[in-house]
Amino acid sequence: MSMYRYLCFLLVSMLVPGLAFGAADTVHWMTPHYTFNRTTVIAGARYFADHCMACHSVSSLRYEYLTADLGMPKTEVEKDIMLPDGAAFKGTIVSPMPPDMAAKWLGKPPPNLSHMDRYLGSKFIYTYLLSFYWDPARPSGWNNYVFPMVAMPNVLAPWGGTVGPKGHVIYPGKLSPAEYHKNVADVVAFLRYASDPSYFKRMAIGPYVIGILLLFTILAYLLKTAYWMDLKKGGGAGMRVKGGNK
Amino acid sequence: MSRFLVWVNKRLPLDETVKEHLTEYFAPKNFNILYYAGSLLLLMIVIQLISGFFLMAHYDPTSQGAFASVQGIMYDTKWGWLIRYMHVDGVSLIFILLYAHMFRGLLYGSHRAPRELVWIIGYIIYLLMMAEAFVGYVLPFGNLSYWAGEVITSIIHAVPVIGPPLTTLARGGPGIGTATLQRFLALHVVLFFLIILAAIAMHIVALHRVGSNNPDGVEIKKHNGPDGKPLDGIPFHPYYTVKDLFGVGVWLTIFVSVIFYAPTMHGIFMERTTFLAANPMVSLPDVTPPWYLSPYYAMLRAVPNKYYGIAIMITSVLLPFLLPWLDRNPVRSSRYRPVYKIMLIVAGISFITLAWVGEQPPLPKYFLIERAATALYLGFYILLPIISKIEPTRPVPERVTG
Repeated sequence: MSMYRYLCFLLVSMLVPGLAFGAADTVHWMTPHYTFNRTTVIAGARYFADHCMACHSVSSLRYEYLTADLGMPKTEVEKDIMLPDGAAFKGTIVSPMPPDMAAKWLGKPPPNLSHMDRYLGSKFIYTYLLSFYWDPARPSGWNNYVFPMVAMPNVLAPWGGTVGPKGHVIYPGKLSPAEYHKNVADVVAFLRYASDPSYFKRMAIGPYVIGILLLFTILAYLLKTAYWMDLKKGGGAGMRVKGGNK
Repeated sequence: MSRFLVWVNKRLPLDETVKEHLTEYFAPKNFNILYYAGSLLLLMIVIQLISGFFLMAHYDPTSQGAFASVQGIMYDTKWGWLIRYMHVDGVSLIFILLYAHMFRGLLYGSHRAPRELVWIIGYIIYLLMMAEAFVGYVLPFGNLSYWAGEVITSIIHAVPVIGPPLTTLARGGPGIGTATLQRFLALHVVLFFLIILAAIAMHIVALHRVGSNNPDGVEIKKHNGPDGKPLDGIPFHPYYTVKDLFGVGVWLTIFVSVIFYAPTMHGIFMERTTFLAANPMVSLPDVTPPWYLSPYYAMLRAVPNKYYGIAIMITSVLLPFLLPWLDRNPVRSSRYRPVYKIMLIVAGISFITLAWVGEQPPLPKYFLIERAATALYLGFYILLPIISKIEPTRPVPERVTG
């Protein structure tokens, strides 16, 4: 690797939002604390619908999966999650904000969050959501420690509070830090589910599939020992028996 | 034999084929755990064929639709996630088996005369598998696919004179797009796959012509019983078919555990950048190849010049073809060649180190490791003809040991 290519790499990594990865060594990543089960994911879905879905789509997911997969009653999905205009129960979860308008309002359209958990990881999303600070120099008034110059404003500020660049509290939030962190962790759990909805199915079927295969393995082992028995008995000469005369 | 089978056998050499390749194919009786890899590879290829068939039935090879159609398989198709995880994790498991299979061959001298062609055909299969895997991971059209396609096809650019038009031909245009996906799909499911199948058939036929080697590296055909059959050989069927059945059980349990509990293997089997749709405007902070190709990528990077780097990479890919002739010691198995065994283990560890360092960002702190591992790995091939000529050997037994 020449110095030139190395410099190019550095330059490129500064230009893209990938800077966040470059800064990974200095950021203290926080781990979201939640039990990953259907209840948590449903709570996260509700919170997501209330605070995130106005701008962000999760277009790989469909509303009906919240019922079919997570067991949330259809009436509740229709009342609490689905956005009023034009949403269909079997349709994908798409934000009502037109992407071109969003680009106009916010500088760039808010990203689709379907695979964000697998792309950036739970720790990143959690730390990112808790790392906003007040920065009057930015058009939105917000900046972020792990994603500098981010276009997104801190929409959760009324609940989590407003923090200045040095970490001092400007306005306290409506919720206690513990409650607020729990809500954010629930959203992270929902995004984790959204990026891989097969999770609960895998966990449910996995033990049976492995059990059956282990049973097969044991039977195959017994069969193998039974066949190989006559090799031990007969030594060299007994090996020429044709298969199947056991 | 039933009248039906007699009728068939007059028209098709069914009975003869079964005898030649199964019931009267004599394999040494002392195969160890490394000998499971071959039959498991055959199983995995069949699994790739079946899962790939279902994936292709739902795949849309256009730059607009590819990523969405793959996500449709993951989210909306019944059992689609299982099929895709089988196919994607299957690739990594195939390469684990391939490396084990090849290392086994080198460990016991299975590539040496008279099995040179078995080795060469097998090595061609490995190269084809790499090509197959590469065109395969461009297909889902995540951002990694896009940039990997861009970077790998740009290697063709280094070909003298015809490089640029050849790159355009490989991509189907100036950049990676619908035309690229369509020709890569055709290569993935038709051309490369059919050649791999044919090469596997040749690999097995060539092996059965000369007979299997064994951990002692001695020829079992030298000691035949009064009936003319090797004393240390046992019929492949039923002995090794039932033994391999047990291997299949263990292996499938591992495979299923990966699929159900760690389908992305923490970003090693499925990199996180595959979960972002292809985007020419967002370059990746780290374009690294999948783990099974990264040793070669590390060797490419170890040299601070594009053309020399490519030359080193191509050399390292082609050198194993010469192994049957680079090794000049009459003893085959490393069991009786302590120096060769150490050299092989050092080369193996260097290869694994290269795989690891190839996944790291190009930072100066890795340069020394990268270059040292490249030198050690290539050193194995350079030193082998000399050392194999002078190395001390232990006495080789006449017949196979336990």
